[in-house]
Amino acid sequence: MDSTKKINGAKSPSFGGVGEASFVSTRNACKLCAPLGASVVFKGIKGCIPMIHGSQGCATYIRRYMISHYKEPVDIASSNFSEESTIFGGNKNFIAGIDNIIKQYNPEVIGIASACLSETIGEDIPRLIREYRSVNSDKPLPVFVHASTPSYQGTHIDGFHEAVAAAVSSIAQVSETEKHINIFPGFVSPEDIRNLKEILADFGLDYVLFPDYSDSLDNPHWKDYQLIPEGGTPVADIRRTGSAKASIEFGYVLNQGGLHGRVKSNKTVFTAAEWLEKNCNVPRNSVGMPIGIKETDKFFDVLEKLAGISTPEKYKRQRGRLIDAYVDGHKYLFGKRAIVYGEEDLVIGLVSFLEEIGIETVLVASGGESGMLKDEIDRITQGKRKDMLVVSDMDFESINDIVDDLKPDLMIGNSKGYYITRRLGIPLVRVSFPIHDRFGAQRLRHLCYEGTQELFDRITNVLIEYKQEHSPVGYKYI
Amino acid sequence: MSTFLTERENQIFRTGKDVHTINCSRPSLAGSVSQRACVFCGSRVVLYPIADALHLIHGPIGCAAYTWDIRGALSSGPEIHRLSFSTDLREKDVVFGGEKKLYHSLSELIDRYKPKAAFVYSTCIVGVIGDDLEAVCKKVSKEKGMPVIPVQAPGFNGSKKDGYKIACESLATLIGTGDLEVPKYSINILGDFNLAGELWMLLEYYKRMGIHVNATITGDGRVDAIRSAHKASLNVVQCSGSMMYLAKIMKEKYGVPFMKVSYFGLEDMSDALYEVAKFFKSDELMAKAREIVREEFTRMMPILKEYKEKLEGKKAAIYVGGSFKAISLIKALRLIGVKTVLVGSQTGTADEYEIIRELCDDDTIIVDDSNPIELSTFVKEKQADIFIGGVKERPIAYKIGIGFCDHNHERKEALAGYEGMLNFAKEIYATAMSPVWQFTK
Ligand code: SF4
Ligand code: SF4
Repeated sequence: MDSTKKINGAKSPSFGGVGEASFVSTRNACKLCAPLGASVVFKGIKGCIPMIHGSQGCATYIRRYMISHYKEPVDIASSNFSEESTIFGGNKNFIAGIDNIIKQYNPEVIGIASACLSETIGEDIPRLIREYRSVNSDKPLPVFVHASTPSYQGTHIDGFHEAVAAAVSSIAQVSETEKHINIFPGFVSPEDIRNLKEILADFGLDYVLFPDYSDSLDNPHWKDYQLIPEGGTPVADIRRTGSAKASIEFGYVLNQGGLHGRVKSNKTVFTAAEWLEKNCNVPRNSVGMPIGIKETDKFFDVLEKLAGISTPEKYKRQRGRLIDAYVDGHKYLFGKRAIVYGEEDLVIGLVSFLEEIGIETVLVASGGESGMLKDEIDRITQGKRKDMLVVSDMDFESINDIVDDLKPDLMIGNSKGYYITRRLGIPLVRVSFPIHDRFGAQRLRHLCYEGTQELFDRITNVLIEYKQEHSPVGYKYI
Repeated sequence: MSTFLTERENQIFRTGKDVHTINCSRPSLAGSVSQRACVFCGSRVVLYPIADALHLIHGPIGCAAYTWDIRGALSSGPEIHRLSFSTDLREKDVVFGGEKKLYHSLSELIDRYKPKAAFVYSTCIVGVIGDDLEAVCKKVSKEKGMPVIPVQAPGFNGSKKDGYKIACESLATLIGTGDLEVPKYSINILGDFNLAGELWMLLEYYKRMGIHVNATITGDGRVDAIRSAHKASLNVVQCSGSMMYLAKIMKEKYGVPFMKVSYFGLEDMSDALYEVAKFFKSDELMAKAREIVREEFTRMMPILKEYKEKLEGKKAAIYVGGSFKAISLIKALRLIGVKTVLVGSQTGTADEYEIIRELCDDDTIIVDDSNPIELSTFVKEKQADIFIGGVKERPIAYKIGIGFCDHNHERKEALAGYEGMLNFAKEIYATAMSPVWQFTK
């Protein structure tokens, strides 16, 4: 393939190391902003109300995005900066904001994410929290968790991991090692979380899963309106993460994207599991997003080791059925060309899975920019896919510019790439976040043997459907 | 009511009980979960339907990402407005300034997309990091020979309504710079955003009347038409919250008179046509308007009557962006037998709340800039069957277990005009009568 032609119009300077940036601006971003990720995490703490310290729009937009995806009420407060707070600092708004949240919601936890504005004017949120605590020391106060999430440092996924790390590092307590384990699955669907919990229980493991928004962002219907939806990891459990016998963390890149382009690097980035390893002596087990047989096997190996038992029969059979499906479906898939986009760890997991089933990934795109994506993909593909374009800091218009030359058969990613697949007339398999144009995003599964099975069925079926629809014959058997 | 904020007492009103005037146009309280967006959002949604303009958002990525194709504003031609452009500021830009990046972004995007004009939006941090948006716009405007308009709407600087005003000011800089000739009966349509093609239905009515529509601001908008908007004889303004200000500017500057209309519901839609005919003092236009109204009424009434029979006695809660629209909705609902028990808006005005107060039965709750806690409580208290609002209100309604009709800017069903009234009735009926509610009681 003509590689210079392919990269025409691509935005990224890190475009596989070749070519040059042709767009300075971002056109149809393939990423969201950091406080969104933090807000999702805060929704995964029991009794927590998130507050975005900044102006009103950020919170409203983030709410709207989450509501459209999860189809649940998502209350996120804002400290509602005014011009005055922008000039003189937001402490007045901060205090009033916390007061009002307590008055209205009486939450167990308030999760505070900074927005670009409060970070830019240099708000010292830890100090604001300290002051609030000392002034109100006579009252019972909620637990405060603070994540620093300026969006000019990293994307929503960095905000997500930052909030996980912030909660753990501020709440966890070191104490005698107990029997339970920690699991930090990252930005996965509520259904994935439910699935993981079932697996851990079947392994007989006592665990703390954080963040657990499997209920709070996918609640049953209520008899009475709940101000703070039930569900979430209790603070007591987050406290226990410090005495766990081990942590499992999904993802290789995690929040490394937040380090990119730092000018005034005032803190080092760490993940929750890294922090626990360093400060509480909890050994960290790092595995990728368990999508596909190989990555899921790695996860189950860790589970076997930690639980001291072999994989329960149920999962051996799930794994067996998945392989059986791989075999049954392989001819529909072999040699098909896919474009995969989204968060870095997600696309790494997806590529690993696609490599198992004979689909050729022609472009891996992410709005993230950890600088690690290419190496990680090379590792997964053992460097065999020389043609595969791997692009960080990519946006949708850059994909759109080169997509015709790539001749893909399908795209896999969130719903924002739909306009490209529509133009090309090819299927889009929706995964991850946001999914605003399909029903049931909360219940999509991606992880482990059964999640992969679902994903495999969906991918196979869209390709079959495509063939059927485009065939003049109208086959009833395919 | 222990969970309500006492500071908000004056923004809540019960007809027939309270005597205070509703205290609107206030900034939202810190720590409340307001359903409002920001100043930037106000400007963005008003200007975005201009389809052959480039809309570049100067700031970090979120502000642009969340407003990508935010409304279903349709265009009959170019669709540059459906792309989301951002300077995507990073830390180094925040530290060293983002002007260079803005300059390069603007230049490259104009070269690539060849728009007729460019709108450049500032977001919250732009002023703080000291970028001179105006200077960059001027420079690029000169180099590229096209209007490059700074939209100075940092999100913290007021509310969404202030954003509307800023958008109007931006439009005002365009208007008067064009010279397209216009025929005799010529109007501009202000404040329709062509959601789900609603504008096209209106155009059809006006066309049948023999009226020429000059500029549509901003639904299916075009830069050249807007530049010549001052040539029209009349501005017909709907969604007065967003566009009244522009109408006033145009009256002052160019002497173009304006009138306020609404296209929601049969009565208001018909009035819109009559008023325009009246303005031109033309019997011919009036006769045509009557004909259209008669025709549409004959077509609509039997259908609406059927809906009314089935919906009689149902109760509705309304929470929308502006109070003007709420008025139309109350009337439209009445037409199909539905009583309004709760009315609210994000950014209503005192006058319009007053009209609502007169329009509604006693003991209706009127609320300004509400939040999920209040809305859910009031809806329960008033035992509404249907909620009419936007995406952010939908889960509240559903979790309480009542029907919902999306009447916000993200709707995909046309609700304006006569046809829109039918769609509206259909939607209300579908959501009120669904068998699913048997499981939620
Ligand atoms: S200012 Fe920052 S936090 Fe707010 S929406 Fe924009 S990118 Fe997100
Ligand atoms: S940063 Fe400001 S302009 Fe951007 S979404 Fe937030 S409030 Fe609005």
